[in-house]
Amino acid sequence: MQTENVVEVDNVRFGYGSRVILNGISMSFARGKVVAIMGGSGSGKTTVLRLIGGQLKPNAGRVQVMGKVVNQLGHDELYALRRRMGMLFQFGALFTDLSVFDNVAFPLREHSDLPDSMIRDLVLLKLNAVGLRGAHHLKPAELSGGMARRVALARAIALDPMLIMYDEPFTGLDPISVGVIANLIRKLNDALGATSILVSHDLHGSMPILDYAYIVSGGTIRAEGTPQEILNSEEPFVHQFVHGLPDGPVPYHYPSPGYAEDLGLGVT
Amino acid sequence: MIKAIDGGIRLIGNQVVNGVWRFGSATRFMGHVVSQTMLGFRRPRLLLDQVFFSGVLSLIIIIISGLFVGLVLGLQGYETLKRYGSAEALGTLVALALVRELGPVVSALLFASRAGSAMTAKLGLMKSNEQLSAMEMMAVDPFARVIAPMFWGGFLAMPLLAAIFSAMGIFGGYLIGVVILGVDTGAFWSQMQASVDLRYDVVNGVIKSVVFGAAVTAIALFEGYDSPPTAEGVSHAVTRTVVTSALAVLALDFVLTSFMFTGF
Repeated sequence: MQTENVVEVDNVRFGYGSRVILNGISMSFARGKVVAIMGGSGSGKTTVLRLIGGQLKPNAGRVQVMGKVVNQLGHDELYALRRRMGMLFQFGALFTDLSVFDNVAFPLREHSDLPDSMIRDLVLLKLNAVGLRGAHHLKPAELSGGMARRVALARAIALDPMLIMYDEPFTGLDPISVGVIANLIRKLNDALGATSILVSHDLHGSMPILDYAYIVSGGTIRAEGTPQEILNSEEPFVHQFVHGLPDGPVPYHYPSPGYAEDLGLGVT
Repeated sequence: MIKAIDGGIRLIGNQVVNGVWRFGSATRFMGHVVSQTMLGFRRPRLLLDQVFFSGVLSLIIIIISGLFVGLVLGLQGYETLKRYGSAEALGTLVALALVRELGPVVSALLFASRAGSAMTAKLGLMKSNEQLSAMEMMAVDPFARVIAPMFWGGFLAMPLLAAIFSAMGIFGGYLIGVVILGVDTGAFWSQMQASVDLRYDVVNGVIKSVVFGAAVTAIALFEGYDSPPTAEGVSHAVTRTVVTSALAVLALDFVLTSFMFTGF
């Protein structure tokens, strides 16, 4: 990864009280690349996205986005920086009282004084890019999970962001929708010349479109590299994660006293 | 025994600390709401939408309730006043009861259960569906775009609803007293006009409804914003909004009445 880094996460620690979520992790995200942060549930993947977006502040370390240290920005500077970011939430987070068209038009209306005719053209352009131009009049409740995710993607790229973040974009989708969303992520990233950060635990959906991946667990990075390097990794956690093994460094059983003791056997 | 007392003291201490903590959070929350007010006034459409949401959509319940309260007041008032031979004072009784007390208080209670609960549920669901986070990430401050307009919408709607409630109540009193029970029309209206003072009665009633509107809307918004992002969390928040608002309205009514009408 020799190109310029759009995002740099430098030795970041984060936790809630005594519960440590991230324990001194460092990552970098190069311009034009699609980079994944992967790991099991509760491993802190989404926390990294929220730190990059400035919704959380690290307890220690530095998060730099497009040359600005996010955790040192004031309210107005942070919001100015966010205009150059787009984020796709896990279940789309569409505004349920607005139509598909108005959802995609929302950021354009909030951040520009463009006339309605131009906003209409831009919204239809974005919806066409995700294949849903014909659904512009529908309400979010009328969309399938995959369609809602695509509308949210159209909304995330409405302002042509430099950085697009995806929080579990494949969760709950059928294989066809996973393929559609994965292709869109890659194509939109390349078309916009943006940088994409993809948080996911879906290897099947993610690996074909990735340039680089980080595997996190227990608040630390267990492995990083190209998709092939990750798939071939011998690191025990990565091996268990990649091959979906039920037992390994991540134990099958939640910590508990002995089974016999719990059942009241062998106790005098 | 000592253990039980110790446990009790801890429990009370915990409740007090939590109460103070929540009060502090609510104060900070309202400070943030007020500081993000300008967008709502620069874009009146945002404010009008919220006046519609909390005001216009509450009209039916306010109109019907006001009418029935007026009908009951007319019946009860007539029966009592007739004993003393002063049934013509029915207009005065109905108007003063509604303008000073029942109008602001009952409409605030109805406002809390109709509009307040809706505000809490809407904000709580927007939070649990990550719509507020999505807005933040689109560089749109949800306080400026959603929460502050909701607050000022409720703040403006409540006095109007209280006025409509009182007007409907007076109309209900007129229907029972004049149309059905035969009180003289001229006496009904002239006694009302002579005894209801604009500043002392009407303005004080309006002040009450403004204070109740601010309190109920602030409670509803804070509970919605502070609710855990789960179905159970939102459900509890809606319940807390109705209960806390009702208690706040009744307590504030006592305080305001003490200052306004008894010269404390």
